[in-house]
Parts: sequence; C-alpha cells; structure tokens
Amino acid sequence: MRILVVGGGCGGTILANNLARRLAGEIRARKARITMLSASDQHMYQPGLLYVAFGQMMPDELYRDQASLLESNIEFHVDPVEEFQLDQDQVRTESGKIHQYDVLVIATGSRIVPEEVPGLTEGAETFYTEESAVKMFKALREFQGGKLAIVVGVPHKCPIAPVEVTFSLHDYFKTRGIRDKVKMKYHYPINRIHTIENVAKWTKPEFDRIGVEYETLFNVKEVDVKNKVVKSEEGTETEYDLLISIPPHRGMEVIEKNKLGQGGWIPTDRHQLTMEGRDNIYVLGDTTNLPVSKTGSAAHFEAEVVADNIASIVKIGAPVREYDGKVYCFIEAGHDRATYAMFNYQNPPDLKSPNKSMHWFKMAYNKMYWTSVRGLL
Amino acid sequence: MSESKIIDACNTFCPGPLMELITYMKQANVGDTLELLSTDNGTASDVPEWINKVGHEMISSEKVGEVWHIKVRKTK
Repeated sequence: MRILVVGGGCGGTILANNLARRLAGEIRARKARITMLSASDQHMYQPGLLYVAFGQMMPDELYRDQASLLESNIEFHVDPVEEFQLDQDQVRTESGKIHQYDVLVIATGSRIVPEEVPGLTEGAETFYTEESAVKMFKALREFQGGKLAIVVGVPHKCPIAPVEVTFSLHDYFKTRGIRDKVKMKYHYPINRIHTIENVAKWTKPEFDRIGVEYETLFNVKEVDVKNKVVKSEEGTETEYDLLISIPPHRGMEVIEKNKLGQGGWIPTDRHQLTMEGRDNIYVLGDTTNLPVSKTGSAAHFEAEVVADNIASIVKIGAPVREYDGKVYCFIEAGHDRATYAMFNYQNPPDLKSPNKSMHWFKMAYNKMYWTSVRGLL
Repeated sequence: MSESKIIDACNTFCPGPLMELITYMKQANVGDTLELLSTDNGTASDVPEWINKVGHEMISSEKVGEVWHIKVRKTK
C-alpha cells in the first residue's frame, strides 16, 4: 500500500507520524510505504505568530526542521506537487518526479489573500506571516495613541483570532500605560461579535468592560490608505490611525490550478474526510471545504481519524472511525488569562470564565506542540 | 450564465451558517443563486438582516423538517 501525504503542516505531519507507528510492522515488511511531499524543509508553529506580534515570542522559536519531526520510516521530500493526476492515481512534483499512490492525503493548508481587498495589504497590519507579525509588533511599539480599528476578512483561519488579538491589544497598551489614549473599535462580518454564539455572549460584556467599541455586519470592502478610512460592503466606514486585519484566506494555489475545489477548498465528506467522489483520497485541515474551523486543532483531530482509518484499511480492509467535527481552541483573553472552546458537529462550546491557569496551559502548549505534531500527545 | 449552489451548513457552530454564506457569496458571480441549509433557527433572521443591509436579494426562506432552506441571489 503506497500512502502519499501532500503537505507537511500540522495535519499532514500528525497523520503521517500516527500512521507510521500504526503501520511500523507493515512498513518493515515492505507491505506499506509512507511518502510525504512538502513545499518546505521547515515546520512553523503558526499560533505562535500572535505572540510574535506582541514581542512575546521570537520568530525563530516558531520553527523546527520538518525532517526532525517525522518518524524515521517516513520518506520525506521537499518537492511540492504541481499537478494532481487523480485518474492515474499519481502526482507530478515541481522537480518533475511522478509519485504514484494507492491512498492520497491532501493537507496543503491555506494562505492569506489580503490583496483581494483593495488597500488592505498596504493599509493594515496583520500577524498571519512571520514578516507581517514582526512588522505589526514594530507598528504597535511606535503607536502612541489614536483610533485603532480591527477588521476581519472572510473566510479566515483561526476564528478565535479576532477576539484574541483584541484582548491582547488592550493588555499591550495598558502595560505601556497608553490605553486611555487608544480608542479601539472591533468590526465583525456577521450580526454578533463572534460566530460562536457562546463566545459572542462571553465577549460582549468583556469588550464593554475594557472599553472596546464594536460594529457588526461589517465586511471589509476596501481601505482608503491615503485618508485612513476602512469601508464595508454594507456601506459603513470607520476612520483609523492604526488598522489591524484578520486577512481573508483561500486554499493553496495548487488546489485551484488543478481545479480540485473552488477557492482552493476541496469538497470533502464531513465524516469520512474523503474527497467527494474519490474513496482513496483524504483531505485534512484547512484544505477541506467543511463547515468547521480552519485551525490546527481541527486538522489534528481529523488527522487522528484518517490515520486510524488508513491503518485499518491496510490491516482489515475497512475504515473504523468517523470524524465528529471535534475542535478544541484555546482563547487567550489578554496576556495573563485564557479559556477554551471545545465543540463538535452536535454540541456547542460551553465557555468557562478565563483564568490564569488556562493561560499558563496555553503557554505550555506552545512548547508541547512539538510533541503533539509528532503524534505523541 | 448564472449558477445555483447549495451550501450545507447544518450542524455547525464554527464558522457557522451566515459566515459560510458570506464565504460562498464572495466566490459567486453576480446573478448566482445560493441556497443555505441550516439547522440553526437563528439563521432564519440572521440571513435576511445581512442580505438586506448589504444589498443582495432574498428569494425564499422555509423550514423543511429540522432544516432551514434559505435562497438568496447575488446582485452586485
């Protein structure tokens, strides 16, 4: 059984490591082989970017060599896929090599596309890449007060991020002693301040308490960089001195170029995690079009299900598990308190009050991630 | 030529039905019809509120069994 994993991010790596251990005997006996193709020899802990934006982590803390994270029986190549030839059960890579498979896992992730909103790239700070997170930190450091606006593109990775960055901004300016000079306004695309109803119910009084204004039904249409005004599709506008954005996302270009899914999101069965119409192709994490959060957490839980199923297909000829939509998200409520949201397709999250111990658990998880991505946690 | 698309947002809490609709609306062409399926009762009022404010067109809204079927058209 030739198993090909395309993508070396959170989902692909957890899947490959889980599978490599489950199939160790089969791999030794040459009855199974796992190959991973990635665009990079580095693995980034993406949630750490939020901390980089506030000077709490350095960029080099976010990276590990991808090869060092993988079980030794996984064949790893830095050679991204350019063409998916699904009818021939093969892919062609950038170097021109053809990889054939019996089972394919696509976990290529997503990318930010601020350029889809005129003016957003030039006019707003963000933290979704290393470069932008460092730039945002420098902008925050230079900011001496004025109108700060937070805007949110759709769709976006890490749905909790808009709330977390807002609480963190409040604490950052408070620590610097200039919070009273910063007028913060939060804008959100739907008609409450977070898409998860219980998160919205908890966040609203918190924003009221810390003096954050909010406007809902605000979908960013354009940024007038010269006049420092951000405008919405709904016809409203907000003036700013400093604009922070959660940029809109798309799936990776290779998915769109190969016409595997509109917007780069591959149509995926919500329980089996197979690509629609293709029983031997699994899709993980941000790459799916599933109505679940685009987070490392979703990718993690999906990867465990897919690893169990591919292993059981090898061993008994049938999948054994279904994905139930499970997601677990830490929610930083500033620089010293946190809570979490855990939910699945059937059960909404029941939020607890933020506390310091949850924040320290998150800080510990920032290090424990490297254990998690090895598929050990 | 305009297209019709069904968006299955049943049993989802995040990103949620209206956020799903906004995502697909961005991908759609002017004139396309989108039908949102949702098991969240709040969707029946959330969607018309946004559609009216942003200026797209509500076509219909009905509950069949436990599922809301809300049809809208992209107009701009």
